[in-house]
Amino acid sequence: MSKSDLNRKAIESLQKIAQNWYDQMKGGVIPSINLPTRTKHNIEFDDESEVWKYGEKESTRSAASAKSAMHILKMAWVIWFLKKQIGENRSSTLRELYYISEGWKKAKFGAQDESNFLIEDLEILTDMQREAFHLRPEEDGATIFGPIELKEVTRRGERKIHCRDDVGEAGYQIPTNVDTIDFLDHDARFVVAIETGGMYARLIENGFDEDYKAILVHLKGQPARSTRRVLNRINDQFKLPVVVFTDGDPWSYRIYASVAYGAIKSAHMSEILATPQARFIGVQPSDIRDYNLPSDHLNERDIAALQSELSDPRFATDYWKEQINLQLKMGMKSEQQAFAARGLDFVTKEYLPKRLSDMGIL
Amino acid sequence: MVLADELAKAQRSISVAEFFEKNKHLLGFDSPTRGIITTVKEAVDNALDACEEAEVLPDIYVGIKRISGDVFRIIVEDNGPGIIPEQIPYVFGKLLYGSRFHQIKQSRGQQGIGISAAVLYAQLTTGTPTLVISRTSAATPACQVLLQIKIETNEPDIISSTEIEWDRTHGTRVQIEFKSSLAAKKRLLEYLRYTAVVNPHARIRVDLDDEPETFERVSAEIIVCPKAIQPHPHGIEIGQLQRMLASSDDPVEQFLILGFSRVGKKTAIEMCQISGISPEKPAKEITKDEQRQLITAMQQVNVPAPPASLCLSPIGEDLIIRGLQKEFPMDFIRARTRPSSVFSGHPFMVEAALGYGGKLPPEGNAQILRFANRVPLMYQQGACAITSCITEINWKSYSISQQGLPIGPLLILVHVASTNVPFTSESKDAIASIPEIEKEVTLALQELGRDLKQFLSRRDRNRLAEDRARAVCAIIPEIASKVSEIVELPVPDISPIEGRIMRKMVVKRDLTDGLVTIDLNNYTTFDGIVSVYETSLDDAAGAKPPADFVTSVGNEFTKVWQIPLTPGASWKVTWKGRGGGTLDIRGIEAGKLVVVDLNV
Repeated sequence: MSKSDLNRKAIESLQKIAQNWYDQMKGGVIPSINLPTRTKHNIEFDDESEVWKYGEKESTRSAASAKSAMHILKMAWVIWFLKKQIGENRSSTLRELYYISEGWKKAKFGAQDESNFLIEDLEILTDMQREAFHLRPEEDGATIFGPIELKEVTRRGERKIHCRDDVGEAGYQIPTNVDTIDFLDHDARFVVAIETGGMYARLIENGFDEDYKAILVHLKGQPARSTRRVLNRINDQFKLPVVVFTDGDPWSYRIYASVAYGAIKSAHMSEILATPQARFIGVQPSDIRDYNLPSDHLNERDIAALQSELSDPRFATDYWKEQINLQLKMGMKSEQQAFAARGLDFVTKEYLPKRLSDMGIL
Repeated sequence: MVLADELAKAQRSISVAEFFEKNKHLLGFDSPTRGIITTVKEAVDNALDACEEAEVLPDIYVGIKRISGDVFRIIVEDNGPGIIPEQIPYVFGKLLYGSRFHQIKQSRGQQGIGISAAVLYAQLTTGTPTLVISRTSAATPACQVLLQIKIETNEPDIISSTEIEWDRTHGTRVQIEFKSSLAAKKRLLEYLRYTAVVNPHARIRVDLDDEPETFERVSAEIIVCPKAIQPHPHGIEIGQLQRMLASSDDPVEQFLILGFSRVGKKTAIEMCQISGISPEKPAKEITKDEQRQLITAMQQVNVPAPPASLCLSPIGEDLIIRGLQKEFPMDFIRARTRPSSVFSGHPFMVEAALGYGGKLPPEGNAQILRFANRVPLMYQQGACAITSCITEINWKSYSISQQGLPIGPLLILVHVASTNVPFTSESKDAIASIPEIEKEVTLALQELGRDLKQFLSRRDRNRLAEDRARAVCAIIPEIASKVSEIVELPVPDISPIEGRIMRKMVVKRDLTDGLVTIDLNNYTTFDGIVSVYETSLDDAAGAKPPADFVTSVGNEFTKVWQIPLTPGASWKVTWKGRGGGTLDIRGIEAGKLVVVDLNV
């Protein structure tokens, strides 16, 4: 879809929401809007796309209550602003939107969470992404390093970039709007998504990408939408396997889950954000035992998180049950970089190759 | 001569009139200010009692006029059965003369002191004799008596007695002059107002030193006069029993059955058995010892409570509410009549009412209205058992603040009806503390307190809902204007939406494709009939539903629909026409109506 088509479609979909309210008011009906309930109780697994999406539960926000009337008023202001912004071909960050609302009197947002949430509502209602409304998150995208070539449409024209040959030591920075890049070619056998910057740098320094033809993606903790979208697109376009390499604790398993299955907050776009084929490579609880990794004791919150993962449908496989139960029994957790205890090369020369061949990727 | 002999010379009997001359406070004449209220009260009580006995709707006139300086003339006139001429001197001119003292039933006056005490007071302060006019029927002439009391002997002193023409066919008028003041005018009016509240069948006209006021009746229902009953075995004392035995010609068994209420053959024989007296023994021949045994036996035997429904005349919840509503406009009012109960063999019944809000003073102590046998108790509030019951209730649990007495726009009415109201003194100002009565008063007030609490919380909820609705209505216009800006269309009329949110009745008229539509939506709690008047060039002959009636002036037709509506109901009419003209809705207050005419 061309950019102007996309703009027109965005304005039309936003305007449709307002038109609906207008018709309601004209007919003497209190304006209202239906939205899926956005809690974990309304998340269902979609067998076809193998991702988690919002279920059937809907809630109606009717202007008959002051709270919902306020929500509708704010939404009207946001639609009015976005329509203007798209028309003028400008863009703003989510944080800027929050500050812009300062001048909206009653409709001003109390906190940025509120405006972020409202934008997500609009994404659900229009079935479009916030990027189509010319809104971007303010956080930096993560980075890619490895044998992959892409084309980015920048303000200064198109750029062709090879993510190893044309970039510095830190790699190629993923833009907030991934729709401006096209992946051209690659010489890779798989993708490794890495939780921490330290391990990402270790793999680059040790030349893991060259030795094993790997594309390295830094997740920077809980991955941003653009990072997850990049993983989804590389996997989809080149059918490359994706493995996720994180710390060996319950919070890191959730990073894996959001890459593979999607997050509750963005369940309306799981299909384009999640990579159901992504597999977990480590650190596995059994690795802590087998390699005798330096480790910390699990604290109460860790234990509670592991317990809740045992009842989480996303972890309802024999593999995860075995690993989580093992970890609960050991009462230990380890970081990725604990492999350094066995030498700086251990992770690239021994651990990863062994795991990759166990998983049938190498 | 010994001292005792000298003292003996000074010893002599005291006439009851002399006694009261010295002890005026016992009868409520402790001050000139109070005297006027007591006099009016006694005269009005007598008038109401008399009308009740004659089963006529009381029409009472109270006139108070300053004659000169501090001398006032008090006139009370009623339409009761009248008093036969021979009795007039005794009723007004002898203390402790009355018809109700020996009867066991609910009545206002009892001892026959009140009005003659007023005569006595007049005589003492101005020396003016009292004028009484009474007529018993249209067939007999009225009798006018001028009288005083012989204080030494407590006998009437008739100054003159003549037959006169009188415009009433039956009734009594008493005219008393004494020294007093109108300082307690407010209290006097209060007394009359309270009297009107608990006697909703009475009309009281007042002429207070040329300021007229009328307390109209709210019920035209004649109250059934309570019947006198026999004493109850549990409420009798030895002296009374002795007198009753002495005047009886029956054997003991028969004496018990006939002389007491709720005593049948079985109970009588049981009493005889316990006291060891033969049932056949003549009542007159019972010895002193046997008397004592008999009275003990009478207390031991289980006897059902006296027949309260016969001898008591409660006002009733409905009439209390109507009586109160007339004199005190309030937001909440609820009354309770408790089932009858007994103390020391005397049946009694407690009625209470609670009122809240309206025109009651929002601050200060609650207003307390105390009544005994339909007579307002005006003095000694602090000494009364009713007041102590009120202070002992925890009003805070009914959302009413309290400092001893409850505080706020609250009115508390308590009526104690009994064949023998236990007053603390002869001036009948305060009810004595009797546990049985206190328990009933407390229960009645607690029941009402729960209702009040429910009312208050519902009122708060409604207020909250209204506040919320207002908040919404402040946002809706902004939504309308912003949304119109987005879709680039004129701002729609949002008054129907506001009407809906503010819970009003929304009427909308529209003309589309040659079809006139009137839509009516009742979002209020209104339950009744509204009339829709539509005046235009259309005759609306084919209207669905057809108009209830149509009138025409020139070429204009006025169509009227009368629509019964319940809360939440909606109604619609359509016809083929050109529309235009005017629309008018009647039958609902303007503040609750939103008319949206899209066809102008």
